[in-house]
Amino acid sequence: MTRLWRNAEVRAIVFQALLIGGLGAVLIWGFVNARDALDARGISTGLGFLSERSGFDISETVIPYGPNDTFLAAFLAGLGNTVFVSVAAIVLATVAGILVGLGRLSSNPLLSRLAAAYVEVFRNTPQLVQIVFWYSLAITLPRVRDALELGGGVFLSNRGLTFPWIADPAAGTMVASALGAAFLASLVLVGLPGRRRWRGTALVGLWLATLGIVVISAATAGLERPELRGFNFRGGATLSPEFLALWLGLGLYIAAFMAEIVRAGLRSVDPGQIEAARTLGLPPAKILASVRIPQALRVMVPPAAAQYISLIKNSSLGVAIGYPELFNISNSIATLSGQAIEAVTIMGVLYLLTALAVSALANAYNRVVQVTER
Amino acid sequence: MSAVADHGPVAARPAPVRRMSAAERVRLMLFPNPTQSAVSIVLLLMAAWLLPRLVDWAVLDAVFFADDASACAAPSAGACWAVVSEKYRVMFFGTFPFAAHWRPALAIVLIFAGWGFSAWPRMWSWRIIAVWAVLLPAVLWLMLGGAGLAEVSTGDWGGLPLTLILFTGTVVLGLPLSLLLALGRTSSMPAFRFVCIGIIEIFRGLPLLVVLFLASLLLPLFLGDVTIDKVVRALAGMTLFFSAYAAEIVRGGLQALPKGQFEGARALGLSYWPMMATVILPQALRIVLPALVNDIVRAFKNTSFVAVIGLFDFLGATKAALEDPGWVRYALEAYLFLIVVYFIICSAMSWYALWIEGRLDVSRRATLTEKLP
Repeated sequence: MTRLWRNAEVRAIVFQALLIGGLGAVLIWGFVNARDALDARGISTGLGFLSERSGFDISETVIPYGPNDTFLAAFLAGLGNTVFVSVAAIVLATVAGILVGLGRLSSNPLLSRLAAAYVEVFRNTPQLVQIVFWYSLAITLPRVRDALELGGGVFLSNRGLTFPWIADPAAGTMVASALGAAFLASLVLVGLPGRRRWRGTALVGLWLATLGIVVISAATAGLERPELRGFNFRGGATLSPEFLALWLGLGLYIAAFMAEIVRAGLRSVDPGQIEAARTLGLPPAKILASVRIPQALRVMVPPAAAQYISLIKNSSLGVAIGYPELFNISNSIATLSGQAIEAVTIMGVLYLLTALAVSALANAYNRVVQVTER
Repeated sequence: MSAVADHGPVAARPAPVRRMSAAERVRLMLFPNPTQSAVSIVLLLMAAWLLPRLVDWAVLDAVFFADDASACAAPSAGACWAVVSEKYRVMFFGTFPFAAHWRPALAIVLIFAGWGFSAWPRMWSWRIIAVWAVLLPAVLWLMLGGAGLAEVSTGDWGGLPLTLILFTGTVVLGLPLSLLLALGRTSSMPAFRFVCIGIIEIFRGLPLLVVLFLASLLLPLFLGDVTIDKVVRALAGMTLFFSAYAAEIVRGGLQALPKGQFEGARALGLSYWPMMATVILPQALRIVLPALVNDIVRAFKNTSFVAVIGLFDFLGATKAALEDPGWVRYALEAYLFLIVVYFIICSAMSWYALWIEGRLDVSRRATLTEKLP
């Protein structure tokens, strides 16, 4: 017996059998308990509830939805809102992050200190506190009647940000999706490693096509300016205070991390490379575009992808201020249908799939980079 | 040749001093060329517009103390800091019995003292375990009562002590768990590897809110007759989430070690656990310590998520304090105060991460040069 125990392979098999047996026992015990608890409360199981009428309304959705739609439609509406706020926040985080990151590298001490202060403040406070702060700021804005006019028919009030928008809702959704898709496609295009002559052409073509869609829809459906009627605005489009707070809270927080990634990326380029480019007589703009940025991107893309994943997952914080994103809606579905286990599992799988998809993209990118390097 | 050695090195000449007036130095810094000058002028104009208004609102016109909110309602009133001076007891201690507030206050001091000790590299030995072995029971006794103190249920825990207890518990339990997960993930036994990969990837793929929701609402369904306290369930969720991320950081350190370290330890006849404990982990942890401290800062910020599942941590207690209809209009000031407190604690930790990174670099360089013949 002791001789058998001294054999490392035998020991390994025993330990692994113990682990699997123990884990299996705990899981079976848990499932038996859950089944008994559900039986005792008379709760049915299975995914049949998805096709039942949900009976609850959602305050704002990107995908059309009403209380007569099914629970499945409610899930999709929540997912649509999560995607909407996440893409909008990724745009904000990327643009603000690049600006702040470049600001930190500026030789102007005022600008670089300001950028450094931004990074310190936004990185060193909890994201949820920031979101709650933006929300309390958004709802202390003046009432609709005293709304701040920002010019061009854009109004800011405690009901949110109201602005002129395409009159036809379907065309409006299409324009918004086109803008978001064009931004994400540009991110991928710019991030593609290696020297690609068609990159510039593709970017210009992409944005011209997007601009075309915007102009054509605006021309055919017509722009509608918001007007004050009674207690609220009529016409135009409104982004709710919940959306604005979540968007700012997600975007400005991640922007601080993006700024650090941009700074570290540009710093990581060997100074010898820049000196060599200068020796070759390249103008500064060309050095930045063909020497510095391409090499910096290799370092920047994996951590940036991690930040985007974190942003998407933390869009679930919208529940704290009542923005109807996936987590919030799944919570309602779990309560109303009574099938909490199924609802939470569907929500968890949707989040897992989103995170896995983004990280699969990032991994594919890393592989491409390594192939072109050698 | 020996003349050089006899006289020793010649002292370096001092660097030439460039004399510049203060005005000239400012000019060089802010206005060296037209572009930079334009940037500086725009920023200075913005500051000139913003700063006086900010000072007026936050200090000069602000109401610092008031018995009720009407003092803040005056049209000329700026920031209403009175919401903090009026509600700070609820914000800091939640619904803990009012007369016994000295207990959570003392608990805060003890926890900060514990972290102070833990941050001190000279304490990194059995001492760190001893310190927490004394402090944690003391904190729990202060918070729970019993043995001479009035008993308080965890349902009445709230405010900063709850935040700090959740944070400390997450790290104290999560770090050892993350070591086990990282070792399991790099183990040669497939069953351990797959179980650990599964745990790590699931908890890293889910939002923390979903994990907390599972722990607080669904876990009781699976436990049958066993009931676990709400705070403990939230702590379990936080711990698993933290250790999944920390395990990946530790794994990075394990993979960064040269193979010779493992082979050398084996050649000395060490079996798995002694090898890990005395040779591998001390080196791996040293490599990843700064990244680990940054993750710990994130765990601290993440404690605020428990406010969503109905615990009254620092954020949750502040939200509860603002339920008071008189003060609800001054939520902005209360949250600004909250942001300042979180900022002080988090930046202290971030500064520590930078400091320890520099210090580890220096000490490694020192040991390397000492060992040179």
